[in-house]
Amino acid sequence: MAQVSMTVNGKPASGEIEGRTLLVDFIRENLNLTGTHVGCDTSQCGACVVHVDGKAVKACTMFAAEAEGAEVTTIEGMAADDGTLNPVQQAFQDHHGLQCGFCTPGMVMSASALLAENPKPSEAEIRDYLEGNICRCTGYHNIVKAILAASGQDVSNIAAE
Amino acid sequence: MPKDGGIGASSKRREDVRFLTGNGNYTDDINMRGQAYVHFLRSDVAHGTLKSVDTKAAEGMPGVLRVFTGADFAEVGGLPCGWQVTDRHGEPMQEPGHPVLAQGKVRHVGDPIAAVVAESREQARDAAEAIEVDIDELPAVMDMKAALADGSTKVHDDLTSNLCYDWGFVEENKDAVDAAIKSAAHVTTLELKNNRLVPNAMEPRVAVGDYNRSTDDSTLYTTSQNPHVIRLLMGAFVLGIPEHKLRVVAPDVGGGFGSKIYHYAEEAFCTFAAKALNRPVKWTCSRSEAFISDAHGRDHVTKIELALDADNNFTAVRTETYANMGAYLSTFAPSIPTWLHGTLMAGNYKTPVIYVNVKAVFTNTVPVDAYRGAGRPEATYQLERVIDKAARELGVDPIALRRQNFVTEFPYATPVAVEYDTGDYNATMDKLLEMADMSGFEARLAESKKNGKLRGLGVNCYIEACGIAPSNLVGQLGARAGLYESATVRVNATGGITVMTGSHSHGQGHETAFPQVVADMLGIDESMIEIEHGDTDKAPMGMGTYGSRSIAVGGSAMVRATEKIIAKTKKIAAHLMEASEADIELKDGQFNVAGTDKSVAWGDVTLAAYVPHNYPLEEIEPGLEETAFYDPANFTYPAGAYACEVEVDPDTGKVTIERFAAADDFGNVINPMIVSGQVHGGLAQGIGQALLENAAYDENGQLLSASYMDYAMPRADDVPFYSVDHSCQTPCTHNPLGVKGCGEAGAIGSPPAVVNAVVDALQRAGHDVTHIDMPVSPSRVWAAMQG
Repeated sequence: MAQVSMTVNGKPASGEIEGRTLLVDFIRENLNLTGTHVGCDTSQCGACVVHVDGKAVKACTMFAAEAEGAEVTTIEGMAADDGTLNPVQQAFQDHHGLQCGFCTPGMVMSASALLAENPKPSEAEIRDYLEGNICRCTGYHNIVKAILAASGQDVSNIAAE
Repeated sequence: MPKDGGIGASSKRREDVRFLTGNGNYTDDINMRGQAYVHFLRSDVAHGTLKSVDTKAAEGMPGVLRVFTGADFAEVGGLPCGWQVTDRHGEPMQEPGHPVLAQGKVRHVGDPIAAVVAESREQARDAAEAIEVDIDELPAVMDMKAALADGSTKVHDDLTSNLCYDWGFVEENKDAVDAAIKSAAHVTTLELKNNRLVPNAMEPRVAVGDYNRSTDDSTLYTTSQNPHVIRLLMGAFVLGIPEHKLRVVAPDVGGGFGSKIYHYAEEAFCTFAAKALNRPVKWTCSRSEAFISDAHGRDHVTKIELALDADNNFTAVRTETYANMGAYLSTFAPSIPTWLHGTLMAGNYKTPVIYVNVKAVFTNTVPVDAYRGAGRPEATYQLERVIDKAARELGVDPIALRRQNFVTEFPYATPVAVEYDTGDYNATMDKLLEMADMSGFEARLAESKKNGKLRGLGVNCYIEACGIAPSNLVGQLGARAGLYESATVRVNATGGITVMTGSHSHGQGHETAFPQVVADMLGIDESMIEIEHGDTDKAPMGMGTYGSRSIAVGGSAMVRATEKIIAKTKKIAAHLMEASEADIELKDGQFNVAGTDKSVAWGDVTLAAYVPHNYPLEEIEPGLEETAFYDPANFTYPAGAYACEVEVDPDTGKVTIERFAAADDFGNVINPMIVSGQVHGGLAQGIGQALLENAAYDENGQLLSASYMDYAMPRADDVPFYSVDHSCQTPCTHNPLGVKGCGEAGAIGSPPAVVNAVVDALQRAGHDVTHIDMPVSPSRVWAAMQG
């Protein structure tokens, strides 16, 4: 067992871990931040995406020990302190960009990272960026629409509802 | 104009905020004090005799509490099957045992052999690797037709063969169908496969068993679409726990698509082990494990013949299907290729005689059961593909051929035992043609050609039987359950309402849509109503969510309970206003005496029910809570027309979906935004089946596509923006909301549209290709183009 320390959602976080403990397990099991989900074991589905030092990372592809000293943001750190949703979260609700909600934290984290890199992405750029996030419920229509809307682009010509 | 609230409004989903902020409560988020973890050791061979399971070394590993094997479950019931199909000769299907942990034999890769319970997940996994299993491998039974040949290895030694049943429907029509085909002016024949799929809800299954020794109460937290069904099946048939000592909770569930209907071994194990060890026991399925332990879907091999007269009227349909059951009978497996498939073979058409033969076969593969659509996609695919093929053979317009044969008068009794109450198939087709911009196709085709691509257009119709199901009917058909739904409407003293429903929401937005109905009925704000579901201690009973039944059956139960509330509140209001009950009107949350200006507010009446100082105590009880059970009189019949346009790259065979339009008739719609979302998701799953997904086994029974590295899930760049519409509405005639259900339509209607479009593209380019099996992958399309 070893000690690991990092900053998670702006607060110091530390714990005892095995060398093989994945970042996602540290977040879920040690910190009890269960918004980050595990949907596969081959780093394909993206349900576990968090931000590490500002970059979108699949938390199942990284050992917790590798995040020593890092700034980590999880889905729990995205809304304002008073609970107000951030623009990406709000757009997902406004445009019905989620159904069962399981892939949603990863989608929001990926979408936020995309918009940080590319504030006005095209439809094709959004679809390409989401290659690593699988959703089984929405058929992606409303996710892509929500991200376009969150970036301030007009979505009124995209099939209603 | 969109409404502000109530029925027909696109109310934003109230469940979204918790999911968007990481505050959902999924089963894997539940951790009990003192919890232990289980890891299952699963068979890595498809078929074999279990000679020995040596657990000694594992038992001595760090943190191990106990290692269980099949012997520990010798006195425990097996997993039950909920539907008994009767074969062509009046005999019951062959029904093998399904042990919780393998006994004597392993029958598919993934069959659980042993279970290690330890202090941590890692310790359990490490110890499982130390179990020594000695298996005498047997030939894997993989091909369904070979499995039925004399002398085939048997999956179950105690059965007479690998045949579960040989079902004929309608058996009395067989000779008439044979004669009609013999005398037809034209017969189109198509042989096809409906590819095996893995449902792949994004949340893997999880079970947490808990036991209270001082009260002898068991609790199971599980990823289920129907916790009451699990309580009944596991309690009554597996573990012998009566309902009042067993609570099953399915909290937030991350998608189901059918795969979370069934009672699985891991649920029974965790409940059993929690009692045996007097500790909570938790199992979290990995995705790799899910591929070899979640029930799969589809997997039919079919030959269909469509007979037409000289005027192109359909005169008969005859089908023969081999349906893969896998190694054991999953909970509802036998009903899928029979009653949810054969009864839909009339489609949207007035074919006078139909005969459906289904041979259900045991193989050394993961059990197969309902997956989104369940039998109805298999029926729709073969029928809509053979109609398309017939149109091409006859040189007629496939849309005109369909229209000519549409059922146009309702109610319509099909020759396959169901009665369509209402519909308008020309209306959805007209709407589709408008949405799909058919007149612009030639220009788009020219543009594709200019870019070196082939382009094709596929159109089809579908019908489904939803709102499952009338209990007396399914009882006659072999169901070992009723398929009603229940709801309790609890009005609190200050007027707020809690509705407890047996329906389960795992993405469908019930927490938003169900209150819209109650709000509409009472004239109060939606925010005054809350939905509780997913807990057997809350709703009185529940058959759960599948078969597009929640609003049609669960919603109807809620309407009936709310009607009882209205009747009682009117009595109270009449008393408060000293008026006749018959004169009381409820409008906008106010009770008025007709023709006067007297009124009392909703909250005054609800308060009086709980503070009954001025109250008709001699006539009615205090309190305001009503329960209703609703059993539907018939299935509902959503129907529609879909169009797909594809481009095919002639160099690689890669197909891209360029446009997809879906015109659906769901009857009345409660929340159009949610309904569109349901269609979008279904379309992606249908497109996934048509283009990408395939559960591929090798001849030894190894699942080759057993992770997301190999099983091609549809991703954001595989699909376009869809055009969906549900403005064609012929309300259901037999439920109080006039609703038909929308959850499965997209997955049922879309695969034939895609394949029809691909065949169209290839034929337009001069390739003599009449069919390609799904998934129409680049290699298959390219091979077809090479002739």
